[in-house]
Amino acid sequence: MLFKKILIANRGEIAIRVIRACREMGIQTIAVFSDADKDSLHVKYADDAVNIGPALSRKSYLSIDNIIDAAKKTKADAIHPGYGFLSENANFAQACFDNNIIFIGPCAQCIARAGDKSAARQTLTDLGIRVIPGSDDILSSSDLACDIAAKVGYPVILKAAGGGGGRGMRIANNKEELVSAFSTASGEARVAFGNPDIYLEKYIEKPRHIEIQILGDNFGNYIHLAERECSIQLRYQKLIEESPSSFVDEKFRTKLGKAAIKIAKAIKYTNAGTMEFLVDKNKNFYFMEVNARVQVEHPVTELVTGVDIVQQQILIASGEKLKIKQEDIRLNGWSMECRINATDPNDNFMPSPGLIESIIFPGGPGIRIDTHIHDKYMVTPFYDSLIGKLIVWAQDRPAAINRMRRALAEFEIKGIETTIGFYKKVFENNGFQKGDIDTHFLENMK
Amino acid sequence: MGEKTYIIISPVMGTFYRSTAPGEKFLVEEGQKINISDIVCMIESMKIFTELRSEQSGIVKKILVENEDPVMKNQALIEIEPD
Repeated sequence: MLFKKILIANRGEIAIRVIRACREMGIQTIAVFSDADKDSLHVKYADDAVNIGPALSRKSYLSIDNIIDAAKKTKADAIHPGYGFLSENANFAQACFDNNIIFIGPCAQCIARAGDKSAARQTLTDLGIRVIPGSDDILSSSDLACDIAAKVGYPVILKAAGGGGGRGMRIANNKEELVSAFSTASGEARVAFGNPDIYLEKYIEKPRHIEIQILGDNFGNYIHLAERECSIQLRYQKLIEESPSSFVDEKFRTKLGKAAIKIAKAIKYTNAGTMEFLVDKNKNFYFMEVNARVQVEHPVTELVTGVDIVQQQILIASGEKLKIKQEDIRLNGWSMECRINATDPNDNFMPSPGLIESIIFPGGPGIRIDTHIHDKYMVTPFYDSLIGKLIVWAQDRPAAINRMRRALAEFEIKGIETTIGFYKKVFENNGFQKGDIDTHFLENMK
Repeated sequence: MGEKTYIIISPVMGTFYRSTAPGEKFLVEEGQKINISDIVCMIESMKIFTELRSEQSGIVKKILVENEDPVMKNQALIEIEPD
């Protein structure tokens, strides 16, 4: 039976997204809010709202007790966790279950299975799905590095165990290069991170981040909603996403989709989820991880498939069978999304909280904006920097690019720094327009 | 506050932390001697943590903000009496 009342354990644009889905289904909504968010749009839009504590997330949006109390007090049948915060917290899903509240997402055991990386690696290997091969542990010597490299095949990349953000990495194309890179990388890692430990992975040339959206009901039925291309990222943060991907043809899509469903079945995954893959220039794909929640970039899939992913999550959690069949999924047109962040592209993407003095939103054909901001809205420093998403739909990729450029030109936010101006440059870039992208695109963009 | 006082200010609106993680020992205490480039506090803004380092050596004279309090951009955080 469909829920009467859903509590949304989140804030910002995704809380509003869930409220909108509920309202269209005739379900009542309960918002929760911290002291910093009492005047927020999600509080205004919901049928009822509960204060769950101070601004610090740890004491409000991450407080399992406070949220369960709010749900019990308001007699909510179910909780939608959104993304981030408690959305992939198995203890939270379990606490919902223990209090007879339906968690709109996979079960607690399933979240735990999806999050256990080393167990997942084994399961996948058994299924014949590739993970990026390499040394699972820290390398003790260059001899050992050479042995592993011979097994996984050159080129290989050495990475600092204490590192990140590209520092302390060295690529080797053959044994000679590896021996010399080993000592350099180890020395660099010691200087940069105070830790000389390094490990080795097969180097994926021109890697693309391509993910598959899946839906699975409680009766073992699964479908996939094709791919999202998410290679435009900076420091592992996605900034621009699109569906479909210009790199994926029908044959490859079927292959990726089948692999994603195979993984979902193996871990008995239910509800909406995403299987993330790294794809090399020869279309070899390597599984990265499962995202056991609705994703920030879900709207691009909604616009090309016509499926409302959040409503599907609610229907599946309420115990309905999937009504959509795989053959019903036909991709129509092209969709692209820009994440509008309150960060300063001219100052190394430093956070830029503050008061929004005024906004002019883009509009017209093919534009969707998911946001919680408005004129005179105070962007506080307490939560992440995503203040909205600009999503466009058009009949093909060139038209979608033109539409996005038109929308970015119309979009004006005064009072804080945002990523809007930066996206204008990306969409003018020739390589981007041609679809010649990989996960290093933004680092290398002139 | 004398002319000689060196003040650590917040580069961004955010939350002031005296330690690198909740429950960890505070990075500095009043009266403590510090060296150039010692980390004296952290500011969290939009889930990004920034370490603030002292550009002078000296004695921590006064910590002007409570741990976990919100701070504004350019707000004075810590007074240091340089050597």
